Amino acid sequence: MSEYKTVFGGLNDFTPGGVDAIDDNPKNYVFSNVFDVASRSAPYERVAVGKNLEYVIEVLRAEGQSPWYACAHDEFALCMDGEVEIHLVKPDDADVLVDPDSEGAVVLDEVPDGRKMGRIVLRRGHQALLPGGAAYRFEAGAPAVILTQTIQGPATVERWAEICQSESRPAA
Amino acid sequence: MTEALQTHYKINPASNETGYKSYEAGSFKFTRDEYFVSIVWPKGAHTMAADGFMRAMMRTVAWGFFYGTLSYDPVFGTTNHYGIVDMFAGTYHPVFKENGRDHLEKFKAEDLLELFRDLVDDWTNEGYDPFAAPGEDDAGQPWGRKNGNNADAVTRIRVTANRMVGLPGDAEIRTDANGFPQNRMFADVSSDQPLVEAEPGFEDEVAAFNLYDYLSRSDVTWNPSVCSVVKESLFCPTSEEFILPVEHGNDRCEWFVQLSDEITWEVKDKNTGKPRSRIVMRAGDVACMPADIRHQGYSPKRSMLLVWENASPRIPDMIQSGEAPVVAVQF
Ligand SMILES: [Fe+2]
Repeated sequence: MSEYKTVFGGLNDFTPGGVDAIDDNPKNYVFSNVFDVASRSAPYERVAVGKNLEYVIEVLRAEGQSPWYACAHDEFALCMDGEVEIHLVKPDDADVLVDPDSEGAVVLDEVPDGRKMGRIVLRRGHQALLPGGAAYRFEAGAPAVILTQTIQGPATVERWAEICQSESRPAA
Repeated sequence: MTEALQTHYKINPASNETGYKSYEAGSFKFTRDEYFVSIVWPKGAHTMAADGFMRAMMRTVAWGFFYGTLSYDPVFGTTNHYGIVDMFAGTYHPVFKENGRDHLEKFKAEDLLELFRDLVDDWTNEGYDPFAAPGEDDAGQPWGRKNGNNADAVTRIRVTANRMVGLPGDAEIRTDANGFPQNRMFADVSSDQPLVEAEPGFEDEVAAFNLYDYLSRSDVTWNPSVCSVVKESLFCPTSEEFILPVEHGNDRCEWFVQLSDEITWEVKDKNTGKPRSRIVMRAGDVACMPADIRHQGYSPKRSMLLVWENASPRIPDMIQSGEAPVVAVQF
């Protein structure tokens, strides 16, 4: 018996399926592909690929160093391709940096003063907590792909018409 | 339609012939024989093969009726109103409806669940696992006369992380040592763990785990389980193989991210069951299921699917009133 091969896809290796609309508008399904989006993004653009009222899933092309971000609530980062390093800092004045009632990640202008919390290195399939009240920065030596679980914020980019399927596409 | 809450529940003794107990909830009656389950209500009757019925009933119980509607097939199912649940026959089938053969009764969810738990326990024979895909070695067979139980399989607790799997005091990661070997179809998935270097005092907050390894060790199919939480945003990844045992008609938008391999979704109108779309999702694909459809997935190889829910209890009313959209994003 031959062994099973699990297909995860990647930045340079993805084959999207699609919506075959029988009696429907394919736009209803807001269909995109994480790797396709990342392959056409600038480094660390936080492109929404999923949205449910205020909550979003974002895709980031990780490449080089990201800006520092801070967020009042927990977020999560799932590495879907490549390798990503995360640096976490507990800012001395977290509430000044980010309104504790605010939602979504905020880009910081400079390196926040504070205590080092730690360092995480994610490879494909690894998921990290980005704890609320912390500041964080991503770093990737080679292009990698991050999927976030968060709330829509000032850094979230929406360009649905560019990333989503709008015509019916019977998948082979 | 009867709006009052049903209070009649009855478990009848095992049949001399088949060995199975029979069940009554409101005016619905459930019996099973060697191959089939029969559901009788005042205006009709319905027959399902025992395998499909047991897989669907297992999810109903494990999910506590889940979100929205679980259609076992085009005729029979339940709708969750969170505390109250509808059980229906023909309500979402245009022909049953047109001919007045549809029937719907309302129940207190926890009371109906209690009856269904007993049913799942009694109607699951030794060695049969309704959570397994039929091609798995330890799936067993649902057929035949009453022959033992499989309590370990049918009483599994659905994992719900409070913050994230792997955090101290939260849902545990899965390993060989704690009884979760990799599935045969995920034997090639890497079990390497992320590098986590926490400074003193931050051990509880600097955390990561291998989600793909975690999913490769899931011993159930089609059982979305909460793995990480941002307020009401729940990541509920799951391992899928064979067919989603129900047509799921959600009462809100539900998102899918296909993490590995491929699933085909058949999408139908929620109320009539008329076909709307066929969607193929491959690794990296993201799609939203609108709030006015029902969907059923087909996974030829075991695959990893991230189901993303917004658990806000306000959403069904917001969709009814038009405050929340039926389609998640307009572009
Ligand atoms: Fe669903």
